[in-house]
Amino acid sequence: MLSKEQIAQRIAMELKDGYYVNLGIGIPTLVANYIPAGVDVVLQSENGLLGMGPFPFEGEENADLINAGKQTITTVNGSAFFDSAMSFGMIRAGKVDLTVLGAMEVNDKGDIANWKIPGKMVKGMGGAMDLVASAKNIIVAMQHVNKAGESKLLKECSLPITGLACVKKIVTELGVFNINENGFELIEKAADVSVEYIQEKTEGRLTISSELKDITF
Amino acid sequence: MNKVVANAEDAIKDIESGAVLMLGGFGLCGIPENCINALVKKGSDKLTCISNNAGVDDFGIGLLLKTRQVKKMIASYVGENAEFERQLLSGELEVELIPQGTLATRCMAAGYGMPAIYTPAGVGTEVAIGKETREFNGKTYLMEYAFDADFAIVKAWKGDVHGNLIFKETARNFNPLMAMAGKVTIAEVEELVPAGELDPNQIHTPGIYVHRIFKGENYEKRIEQRTTRKPL
Repeated sequence: MLSKEQIAQRIAMELKDGYYVNLGIGIPTLVANYIPAGVDVVLQSENGLLGMGPFPFEGEENADLINAGKQTITTVNGSAFFDSAMSFGMIRAGKVDLTVLGAMEVNDKGDIANWKIPGKMVKGMGGAMDLVASAKNIIVAMQHVNKAGESKLLKECSLPITGLACVKKIVTELGVFNINENGFELIEKAADVSVEYIQEKTEGRLTISSELKDITF
Repeated sequence: MNKVVANAEDAIKDIESGAVLMLGGFGLCGIPENCINALVKKGSDKLTCISNNAGVDDFGIGLLLKTRQVKKMIASYVGENAEFERQLLSGELEVELIPQGTLATRCMAAGYGMPAIYTPAGVGTEVAIGKETREFNGKTYLMEYAFDADFAIVKAWKGDVHGNLIFKETARNFNPLMAMAGKVTIAEVEELVPAGELDPNQIHTPGIYVHRIFKGENYEKRIEQRTTRKPL
């Protein structure tokens, strides 16, 4: 099974030179640590920055320079600042090449639920609904099952929806899945798990790619 | 042309109970600290606050929540505030959650004189309930109205006596959008300069949108998530 870091590392293999990328909070943030050598990408932070750099050194934190997770960050050569309308404008207009998000549930039509759990304090959707409604290429980084051991790759989402038919690819600790008209398609699996185990842990429609291979780094 | 007022108290003196306010900032970054403190002191209540977030328990809009001056909060994310949660669960506070891009664009529409916008954000979700939809090129969009706020309160880095504003780094966020959207716009700035000192090429918000400006004091600029890396 993949660790969280390995999920991030596998997603980083989807990055292409010249991509503009928006990374969500949680596992998606870790993707920045695994950008392959020779691949030049620009990270977008939806609070108004293109060209997000690493955390600052201690003593160099700047309250005016944060990311969408409200963490102190830095700029890189070539960074640009803009307001929140332009930020979501570039997202809505499809300028951002890849969006990586976490999720609570995804169904086999690509619907995603990641903002609200009924009965719990609702914190808000932030930018998630805007991102999923507009991004042309969305990869979800998530755990395959919840704490009760139940599948999070479902026929139908049980939680309130964030967006419809938007997820194209999922990477979990068990494998890599495309979403197409037949539901989830297992294209790569963790080397130490069986196809049968993945089938057992996937509630939604699942097909196995004829070119299925093990995930290698 | 001189829009300078003495201080925050002066700038907000006619914000009465029941007013609809826009407050700039993302988290605690770029929030109008001086005006929020002055509003707490003035005590106007039953306020509707449009802001991306609701501050934390003891800072930002959290201060207005603590004193129960807020009737309704319109925001995209309100996660870091225990008093907010308590008032929400007890029914003391009305909350409307809006996708962040929709929030920004509804501010923008007001500042550009457009009554409404279409966005795909929220289609098929509970955000869409009761809203008009329309198809363009095979994709469904929600119609969302421009905000109508009595006052916009923003924080800028530099401003001049005409009200021209320049923002700093990610403290820009919602500030220039809200500055354009208020019936009355109040700007607090770190540096207030005479006309002619700011390079016209660098202005983010032209002064026509700003009605009152003052130099803020004692900026705390609190950091919510202090993250650092190890020295090499």
